[in-house]
Amino acid sequence: MHSKLKLYVLVALIMALGIGLIAYKHFALGFPLLPDDKKSVWTIEAKIDFVARGDPVIVSFALPAETPSTVIMEEEFASSDYGFTELSSPSGRRAQWSKRAASGHQTAYYRVSVYETDPTIPASPPAADLPIEPGKPEFDEVMKTAATTFLDQVRSKSANTEIFTRELITALNSETPNQNQGLLLNEKSSEDSKTHLIINLLALEGIGARIVRGLYLEDGRRRQSLTNFVEVYIGNQWLLFNQNTGKIGKPEDFLIWQRGDESLLDVIGGKNSQISFSIIRNVHPTRTLVLRDSMNKQAGIIDFSIYSLPIEQQNAFKIILLLPIGALIVVIMRLLIGIRTSGTFMPILIALALIQTTLLTGIVIFLTVVGTGLLIRSYLSQLNLLFVARISAVIIVVIAIMASISILSNKLGLDQAMTVTFFPMIILSWTIERMSVLWEEDGPREVFIQGGGSLLTAIIAYLFMTNRTVEYLTFNFPELMLVNLALILILGQYTGYRLSELYRFHSLERRNVSGKP
Amino acid sequence: MFLASPKKLRSFGIIGMNQRNFGLILRYNPRHLFPLVDDKLKTKLLAQKAGISVPQLLGTVHYQHDVKQLKELLRPYDQFVIKPVKGSGGKGILVITRHDHHLYFKPSGDALQLADIERHVSNILSGLHSLGGKPDSVMIESLIQLDPVFSDYSYQGIPDIRIIVFRGYPIMAMLRLTTHASDGKANLHQGAVGVGIDIGTGRALHAVQFGRTVLHHPDTRKTFSDLVIPHWDKLLQLAAACYDMTGLGYLGADLVLDRDQGPMIIELNARPGLAIQVANYAGLAPRVAIIEALKTIDANPESRAEFSKKQFSTGTTPHPLRTLRTRSSDGTI
Repeated sequence: MHSKLKLYVLVALIMALGIGLIAYKHFALGFPLLPDDKKSVWTIEAKIDFVARGDPVIVSFALPAETPSTVIMEEEFASSDYGFTELSSPSGRRAQWSKRAASGHQTAYYRVSVYETDPTIPASPPAADLPIEPGKPEFDEVMKTAATTFLDQVRSKSANTEIFTRELITALNSETPNQNQGLLLNEKSSEDSKTHLIINLLALEGIGARIVRGLYLEDGRRRQSLTNFVEVYIGNQWLLFNQNTGKIGKPEDFLIWQRGDESLLDVIGGKNSQISFSIIRNVHPTRTLVLRDSMNKQAGIIDFSIYSLPIEQQNAFKIILLLPIGALIVVIMRLLIGIRTSGTFMPILIALALIQTTLLTGIVIFLTVVGTGLLIRSYLSQLNLLFVARISAVIIVVIAIMASISILSNKLGLDQAMTVTFFPMIILSWTIERMSVLWEEDGPREVFIQGGGSLLTAIIAYLFMTNRTVEYLTFNFPELMLVNLALILILGQYTGYRLSELYRFHSLERRNVSGKP
Repeated sequence: MFLASPKKLRSFGIIGMNQRNFGLILRYNPRHLFPLVDDKLKTKLLAQKAGISVPQLLGTVHYQHDVKQLKELLRPYDQFVIKPVKGSGGKGILVITRHDHHLYFKPSGDALQLADIERHVSNILSGLHSLGGKPDSVMIESLIQLDPVFSDYSYQGIPDIRIIVFRGYPIMAMLRLTTHASDGKANLHQGAVGVGIDIGTGRALHAVQFGRTVLHHPDTRKTFSDLVIPHWDKLLQLAAACYDMTGLGYLGADLVLDRDQGPMIIELNARPGLAIQVANYAGLAPRVAIIEALKTIDANPESRAEFSKKQFSTGTTPHPLRTLRTRSSDGTI
């Protein structure tokens, strides 16, 4: 009992460790659990145009920040003959191009590839990301009265800051503005002035807010410009408001480029500066993206993993890591189903060969080699050979059969059959030898039972091992081996009936129940 | 219904392979004792030391170059059995009933050349029939003489009696009868008939061939209902004594009745199969439970055999033989 308890504790530990590691990789590092999981990678190109006046030129451009939900894959900066530096300021990163003297039309490019992740743990706002105490905005007398009246109207309709902000934005955008709104908005109000108006109005109420500039991501768009949003500090977090509709939250496919009031683009020594964005979408498998990101960040679990091996070894492990799945199948087939196989793990090796040859070709080749081998072996048994010599002879025979299959199929133009070389020769020879002895001693029936059992197990193992999801999971989550190990340990404790025994003993079921045991 | 419900089987106390391996072999048969029974030469010497009767050892062949002396070795004996020392499941056993120094005859009447016998011995030596294909030795034994009581129940071979001995107590017994289908071998999955034997009396209870109930021997047509094994007490005592000899808690003892020398042990098995349950129409589990509940194991094999006779007798009315038209899978491991 004690040892049983120990085993269960061990199994639970191994299981928990395996599942824990998988969960960590999935939830924290973002490894997808399915191979077909894909993500959109947006490549955004910002083009900065200006006319230089012949003086020293400094171009300063705000760059998007990497957040927990936005991952920057690549960045590129290009401009002819300009010196380039990347600066980081408290309000975000900035690119700076500079040149001693330039004149005429100038262009600078910035290209960035980003994708969005969905972190399950919402990132807590960094301590520095607190709103500054809103200063009293300057309004002239008329405006101030209008603003106060307007705010009173809005306040009367709202219960908390969130609703207040939403109401304020909706009222400003209303189709039929009343006098106050019209006065506040002006006739020719730009996006920027509207944003600042909202921020100022909120400041009058003592609510901290800031401008957020971002880009709607849409495939194939060119000459786009940034859209303004208002971010309001409510209840210890920043909430994003659409300044035209009052909707709360970040829209989908929207990249936040810059937060805060600092300018997006400063050009010193130039005029007519313009900035336009073009956007292209590419689809990449999530795994590739996450792997690349984790490698860059040197996440320990990834840094010390199969991914750090050379590609050739990685490919070898792709197959090796499938073996435990095959072993699990064999355990289930033998302990739970009760199928008899010739050689315990011979089916796995056959399944591995099937992976290389494809199923149907593989089975035909297997049956041909073993069948021909059995025929020749029956002749060898008349030759009065010692055992080791005989099995060696069988190996040579098997190789000869394989060579002839290859050559024949090549001549016939059947390329597939040339994959015969993937079958393990020694295993095939042993299979032939064992089956031949089995035939002599127990008759053909037993040979078909065991041969069929081996082939069936091999096919089932093959089907599992070639399943894309299984293949993907075993390679990308080698921790799965621990779960597999735990399962096998538990199966090792199974003392119930095998499926085949329900058949074997089924005549006993009719037994007279009153009969003594 | 092709499949039995596991619940019913459990209620009958049928033991499955997983439970046998886990609950009986793993628990009661320490690994280091296996060589005592896997090596039949060791078993034989052990039995002789313990005063248990075994077939006489006529000779052994250990090396390939000794095969040349086989003819001389066999010369003095008219009848003999050639066996692999580490064979399993009756594999590699060659029975010669008469020879004229040139031709050797099997029970079926087939003639073999000396060269055939030499090849057979070479095969055994190179491990063809041994567990795991390890190099093996050959032993030559005296042939068992068929007891007349079985002459109507066997075809070209010697029936043997398998008794399961659990912690020294015989708990279940089965008579294995050779048939034409089994080629004169007492091997159930080759078509020998398994007859469940009442531990209390030595009477036949129920018989199966290929998992199907049979009422009479398929070749001799002799009905089993009046079959009673003679020397039953002696057979039980011999089987029980094998426990003291080997220390194996779950043991299959194979015994034979020799016309002249009476009961003897021919082989012991540390992994006895489960077909005996089908032949007895009963499960092993309740009997195992009775023995497991015993606080002490009686040191005397005779009193253990006596205990088993009382405990496991099916009573005066043997279990009625019933005809079942269904077929179950073959009987060995």
